[in-house]
Amino acid sequence: MMRTIFYILTTLSVIGLAFWAYRENYATQGALAETRELRREIRAAHERLSILRAEWAYLNRPDRLRDLANINFDRLGLLPLRPEQFGHIDQVAYPPSPLLEITDVIDVANLEGNQIGNRP
Amino acid sequence: MIRTPLRPLARILDARSKGENPDAIERENIRIRHEQMRDRARQRAEGRLLVLGAFFVIAFCVIGLRMGLLATSEPMEPRVDVPGAQIHAARADIVDRHGRLLATNFETHALYAQPPQMIDPEHAAQELARIFPDLEADDLLEDFTGSRKFLWIKRKISPEQMQAVHEIGDPGLLFASRDMRLYPNGPLAAHVLGGAGYGKEGVTAAEVIGVAGVEKYFDDHLRDPANGATPLQLSLDLTVQAAAERVLYGGMRLMNAKGATSILMDVYTGEVVSVVSLPSFDPNKRPRPAVAGDPSDSPLFNRSVQGVYELGSTFKIFTVAQAMDLGLVNADTVIDTKGPLRWGKFRISDFRNYGNEMSVTKVIVKSSNIGTARLAQQIGVERQRAFLKKLGMLDATGFEIVEAAGGKPLLPKNWSELSAMTISYGHGLSTSPMHLAAGYAAIANGGFKVEPTILKQDAPQLGERVFSDASARAARNMLRKVVTEGTASFGEVKGYAVGGKTGTADKPKPRGGYYDEKVIATFASIFPIHDPRYVLIVTLDEPVDTTGDEPRRTAGWTAVPVAAEMIRRIAPLLGVRPTVEPTDMGDIKLTSN
Repeated sequence: MMRTIFYILTTLSVIGLAFWAYRENYATQGALAETRELRREIRAAHERLSILRAEWAYLNRPDRLRDLANINFDRLGLLPLRPEQFGHIDQVAYPPSPLLEITDVIDVANLEGNQIGNRP
Repeated sequence: MIRTPLRPLARILDARSKGENPDAIERENIRIRHEQMRDRARQRAEGRLLVLGAFFVIAFCVIGLRMGLLATSEPMEPRVDVPGAQIHAARADIVDRHGRLLATNFETHALYAQPPQMIDPEHAAQELARIFPDLEADDLLEDFTGSRKFLWIKRKISPEQMQAVHEIGDPGLLFASRDMRLYPNGPLAAHVLGGAGYGKEGVTAAEVIGVAGVEKYFDDHLRDPANGATPLQLSLDLTVQAAAERVLYGGMRLMNAKGATSILMDVYTGEVVSVVSLPSFDPNKRPRPAVAGDPSDSPLFNRSVQGVYELGSTFKIFTVAQAMDLGLVNADTVIDTKGPLRWGKFRISDFRNYGNEMSVTKVIVKSSNIGTARLAQQIGVERQRAFLKKLGMLDATGFEIVEAAGGKPLLPKNWSELSAMTISYGHGLSTSPMHLAAGYAAIANGGFKVEPTILKQDAPQLGERVFSDASARAARNMLRKVVTEGTASFGEVKGYAVGGKTGTADKPKPRGGYYDEKVIATFASIFPIHDPRYVLIVTLDEPVDTTGDEPRRTAGWTAVPVAAEMIRRIAPLLGVRPTVEPTDMGDIKLTSN
């Protein structure tokens, strides 16, 4: 009796494991296909990135920037950096300290004026 | 299982009645039982052996089949590896010291034809000639209808041209993908970068190999796929390089020079922040090397490392620094400068007569050949030679571009005392401006040799000590005086305390002797002189300043104003603040414990 149950359980577990392996196989193939696709996308993105980097460098080449600065001189007024343009930290003023807020205003001017005025 | 008794009662009784021994019956039964047990055990063992044998046979079959499968199948790359390994297989980029691109790769296509597969060669040839104006339809048709199976039509084509070729629709016209080396800044730093070309070409890919400059020097490093993702970082600064090229070009035109070169070097690290050689070229369209004529007329000629010339009076400061280091003189020692100085049939004289005696400082300020020749006599041949060797003046520089190895200094065949005297003021020994920059860097950094390098450095790279800090400081004071009261008065730049030495050397004729009216004018400068950061060498080839009554060719009138304008433009870009020069400290002496 025990032996029969043992045989049935073993057979069932073998069937279960086979099914699991079958599914895992397909899942792996799916993951590999996805990886391939992602790597293709990464490669395309890298190619695009390198082209964009090259284009950025090309558009920012010093010759072109200098010509643009010359063309737009009226609007921008850009000139080469000169030694005189270096500032010193003590040429920058401190921000003005906030004025004291006036609270409890008592009108004393009049009183003083009266006192002065009343002085004989 | 029915167990047969060993002593069955019926047979025992029967045997007893017959007078036989009943024990014989028992033994007989035991024997039979043992035989049965033995047969059963053998059967079981044979069964087990059979199962085991079958198991081994199956296992061997499986392994054998798998091995056969592996041996006959096509090799395949593992698919689940580190991503990006193939992506960066291209040649590594080159960037400047702030990471701005100097050279990169660009995906493009090459066009090739397989005439056997062509359907309408005549139409294809006409259309191709229309798309590419430099191709001839007749030549193409001849190629397409001849016996050739394969031919390259264009090495690099743009996407628009590729589309136009697609639209011809001939199956015999095919495209090969190509990595193109692109220098986005055009002719900027062309001599450093050099250029790249194609090596082995295939339909799927082509090797990109460096042909000059750093591209060739670091070719193996750049091509190594392991370095594909990390760009090669140079010490050049793109902004400074652009400004230097522009100012130097303007100066070259103003001074009617046929060529010019400038080197800007960090005095502590030996990093070359900018190196210019004019005339220049575009590394994207590298011209073919000149096969005839003077190589220095070709734009490919790199004057900064290949232009080996006698650099004239700029060398005097080395003689003086050595003499002070050896304790022969100090800055105020008076030297006999009565001219002309005769040595055999050779005469050494000065540009002007400066009187019969001068202090060492004055010798430098006035640039007296006689004075330095006298110092060289005191130093002697062997010590001078050893000193220049230590300073790196007698060997090619280690600057990392292939052309640098060709810039070997020209030494006198026989280093006599006369050679020592002429070398003391920069004649008889030809070096490249790069050597001069390294030498002046040693004066600027307090007497340490530095090796010029094009790679970005993180820390000072001081070599062995060549002369003492005190003599370096004294030499710098003299160089400052050259600008404030000597031959380089146009070199004064407010706020940057330039110190330097001019040098004007006659150009040698190819067949011996010297030209009268062709000079190499050099200005070697250090700024700021009280806290040296950079060395700038400016050399003009055959300059002449025609603004005055008579043409002026000396460096003070040609190279110095150009160098001053370069410092004015470049120093702010380098982040060097203009400072007030500390005044002479009078009686206060610098000491250290």
